[in-house]
Amino acid sequence: MKKFMLDLIVKKNEILNDQYFLLVLSSDMPLPEILPGQFVEVRVDNTPDTFLRRPISINFVDYQLNELWLLIQKVGNGTRKLSTLTVGDTLNVIIPLGNSFTLPDSKDSNIMLIGGGVGIAPLLYWGSYLHERGYKCNFLLGGRSENNLLQLCEFTKYGNVYTTTEDGSHGEKGFVTMHSVLRGSNFNDIYSCGPTPMMKAVASYAAENGVFCEVSLENTMACGFGACLCCVTDTTDGHLCVCTDGPVFNITKLKW
Amino acid sequence: MVNLNVNLGRLQLKNPVMTASGTFGYGTEYSDFIDLSRIGGIIVKGTTLRERQGNPYPRMAETPSGMLNAVGLQNKGVDYFIEHIYPTVKDFDTNIFVNVSGSTIEDYIITAEKLNYLEKIPGIELNISCPNVKEGGMAFGTSCLSAAQVVKEVRRVYKNELMVKLSPNVTDISEIALAVEAEGADSISLINTLLGMAIDAERRKPVLSTITGGLSGPAVKPVALRMVWQVARAVKIPVVGMGGIMNATDAIEFMLAGASAVQIGTANFIDPTVSISVLEGIEAYLKAHHLSSVYDIIGQLEV
Repeated sequence: MKKFMLDLIVKKNEILNDQYFLLVLSSDMPLPEILPGQFVEVRVDNTPDTFLRRPISINFVDYQLNELWLLIQKVGNGTRKLSTLTVGDTLNVIIPLGNSFTLPDSKDSNIMLIGGGVGIAPLLYWGSYLHERGYKCNFLLGGRSENNLLQLCEFTKYGNVYTTTEDGSHGEKGFVTMHSVLRGSNFNDIYSCGPTPMMKAVASYAAENGVFCEVSLENTMACGFGACLCCVTDTTDGHLCVCTDGPVFNITKLKW
Repeated sequence: MVNLNVNLGRLQLKNPVMTASGTFGYGTEYSDFIDLSRIGGIIVKGTTLRERQGNPYPRMAETPSGMLNAVGLQNKGVDYFIEHIYPTVKDFDTNIFVNVSGSTIEDYIITAEKLNYLEKIPGIELNISCPNVKEGGMAFGTSCLSAAQVVKEVRRVYKNELMVKLSPNVTDISEIALAVEAEGADSISLINTLLGMAIDAERRKPVLSTITGGLSGPAVKPVALRMVWQVARAVKIPVVGMGGIMNATDAIEFMLAGASAVQIGTANFIDPTVSISVLEGIEAYLKAHHLSSVYDIIGQLEV
């Protein structure tokens, strides 16, 4: 897919809570085709504290409204600076980057998307994409507490939503992999994005049950398009770039 | 009309803007963003005799105005390059240089010899910042003796443009430059990355898997500029300057300090079109100053 460097316009910066915000971006030109699982590299301007772009996964694309959503957690200087963007500001992005999730073999497939914290971001677009094509999705979303469970209203548009929190403030108490829905049903396809320990636990569950499973990784990157070779992960094919060979990997390929 | 042609010894470039090894892949990574034929040269990523997996993750740390990397020369080896990559890059209308790295002198010789026969590769850039495994791991480029030795042996087998890339991690870089010039280098490029380190205080751990890594970006520019100036005064062969160039003004500063050409490195990661804006900026500067050739600025620092 052809990559572009574009100046997008901030249409909305919605503060979800003290940790998370949602940037709704638009453009005068139609957005390029973007697949679920892909990401953008955003340039953080006017700050002496950041040098490189920040890779941010694509949360949602609305072609009708020509909107691109980025769900971002404030973790460092770059994301904090991005949180101060206001309507009308421009944001320079390189788009679209990386591979995408693989469509399940069958429309009857029992599909589960498992996300943790801000890692739920790419699962919303993936869920909507599957829903639009007639697949039936389930979402299992986890967080430390209720504050870390994001966009639940959005997810319910595209399938059943199950939740866990570590403090029990929402849904079942514990980690996502402890949720009762995983014991009751036979899923055929699992897709996951979240903290690495969570994805590893999901991958073990999938491997034990012989379920197809893809995870979306987040490694630090300098470029995002395969030039710097900084973001590698160890796989059965050696060191592969998370930015171009991923971010989505089948768990059978990862040396976890 | 300004004349942007520059001479690099055995080779003429259509303009002085090149892209640095390890930051530009094989060029193809950038073809969505720019017309590769507009740049003066592309130094493709570090190539070794045998395949290298490189270092474990994490390999990168962002630092103030720069970054540290510890990629560790991940590449599939020279034979893979010749068979699979050369056919995809050979018809680019620019000068493709292969950056050659090795851990023994024999590795350098065999790799250079294989590349000597590629018609569309007009030159190599010899990376002498690699550790010499037979001599206790000290980098070839940190002593005059080992730097001279590797250049001498490669010169024997390599007949095209031989650019030698110097390590800045030395006491006196002009001594090394003189040593490689004496052994037949056609041109000298500098600087490679500066050895640095980043620490995660919360975890009390180094950020990089290798603990130390190579610093690049604007943070190193003043050091690079000083070294280019020192080397350009010491040697007679052309010098290619690099280190933290982010825009045309930075590039012009290197040329005033004595660089015949420049390489753009880390800046490509942030702006994949930067090489073209640097090129256009140099041209605009020459026009604005009513100069007809890049040679009107090369080494023209007034002191």
